[in-house]
Amino acid sequence: MACGIRSISRKEGVLLIYIEKAHIMNEEDMKRVLRRIAIEIIERNRGLEDVVLLGIQRRGVYLAGRLKELLKDIEGVKVPTGELDITLYRDDIPTLLEQPVVHSTSIPVDIAGKKLILVDDVLYTGRTIRAALDALMDLGRPDNVQLVILVDRGHRELPIQADYVGKVIPTSRNEMVEVFMRELDGKDQVVITEESEVQVD
Amino acid sequence: MNWRHKCLLDLDDWTREELSLFLEQANYMEELLNRPIKKVPALRGKMIVNFFFEPSTRTRVSFELAEKMLSADVVNWSASGSSVSKGETLRDTAWTLESMGADAVVMRHGAVGAADYLARKLRKASVFNAGDGTHGHPTQALLDLHSAWKKLGSLEGAKMVIVGDVLHSRVARSDIKAFSKMGVKIVLSGPATLMPRDITCLGAEYEPDPKVAVKDSHMVYLLRIQQERQRQGLIPSLDEYHVRYGATEDLLKFARPDALVMHPGPINRRVEIASEIADGNQSIILDQVRSGVAVRMALLYLCVGGGK
Repeated sequence: MACGIRSISRKEGVLLIYIEKAHIMNEEDMKRVLRRIAIEIIERNRGLEDVVLLGIQRRGVYLAGRLKELLKDIEGVKVPTGELDITLYRDDIPTLLEQPVVHSTSIPVDIAGKKLILVDDVLYTGRTIRAALDALMDLGRPDNVQLVILVDRGHRELPIQADYVGKVIPTSRNEMVEVFMRELDGKDQVVITEESEVQVD
Repeated sequence: MNWRHKCLLDLDDWTREELSLFLEQANYMEELLNRPIKKVPALRGKMIVNFFFEPSTRTRVSFELAEKMLSADVVNWSASGSSVSKGETLRDTAWTLESMGADAVVMRHGAVGAADYLARKLRKASVFNAGDGTHGHPTQALLDLHSAWKKLGSLEGAKMVIVGDVLHSRVARSDIKAFSKMGVKIVLSGPATLMPRDITCLGAEYEPDPKVAVKDSHMVYLLRIQQERQRQGLIPSLDEYHVRYGATEDLLKFARPDALVMHPGPINRRVEIASEIADGNQSIILDQVRSGVAVRMALLYLCVGGGK
């Protein structure tokens, strides 16, 4: 698994260099982690009664889909699975350079009284989850909300934590954690990258 | 994504890719209409002024609903009983609105180019044209596009017939632009007295006989006939108009059996459309109204949402 420079681009007298610093998970690792999380979900909820999976757009949706398959394999139960888009609830829209596009929100069941399991790829500042909780409260009143995260990279800005964590990876703020998923990116992989700028004349 | 439009004055400078992306965004906004709580915080703290110089029900209400569903603060300002009726110019009104901190102004005005003028006078606020004279009504075109696209899927190669008073219709002008960008072939029909002289400049064909025009069409779009057109001598009588140009079962026999029947509203039953057609299963008039809220939400979100 080679790390190193992935790309170099030039922008207004500055070279932007993307460096892949470490490969954190490959396809097999991801499979094992998700299987473990699936078992933890069954254990914690004593089965799957009233459990609903809800993936956060976009990679959380695919992770939720995989958990659904695993839960079906292990327990033989088809867990209702939906997708949640939090764009309209974000608190950082006025500060972004590009307007984030909205994706679909669809939940196949009434969430009132359900054990709702949110699924996302990376837990960082916690602001996405804050937005997701606000969105959820507008959609109904679940009995409780739990959180599945593939990678927890630290640096929380809000008091939010995950109930099921794939892997904890200490990072610095100028690093990025990139999650690739087969359905969207053609491969399953988690990579830490860093962008550095070099002045050129 | 980099959404480059701050205002919507007309659809001339929107690309097909932008229209496609926009329709998809409007679809996601439409989901909100099904929720128990139809409100999201995306435009919290933004102030939007609805400024209507001409009467309007559905456009104004639908803008207002869209604004409220996105949590914007809404101020309705009508020309009558305001400083405008005391003789204030549009330019001074514009600066007044901006000094009050408006982030966006939605305006309907009887003069062609009024929204464009307002947009050039305002330094920061977005301007949305809710109809300017006989020139354009771009949000109507977007909602027409959205409701037809939802029913037909791809619009490429589809045929649309617009029947009625094209001469006085800003809806027709904006629809021709929007639908032809998406690859729709457009045929206009109606009495020659209600057709503009520059008909071919609009990028559409003209066929005087609606029965011929609607052949193989996927969409039949009826324009509203105003009663005063009869007094102006442009049509002999409303009854005669109905028989010759109205959407009746007799006319629709010549279109595709699944052709969509569309109308910008408010409808004149037994003039441009027969009651059984307006309420029939080919009519998507109420879907159009629903799309109206969704496309206006998408528009406000994309153009006013970002800070930048």
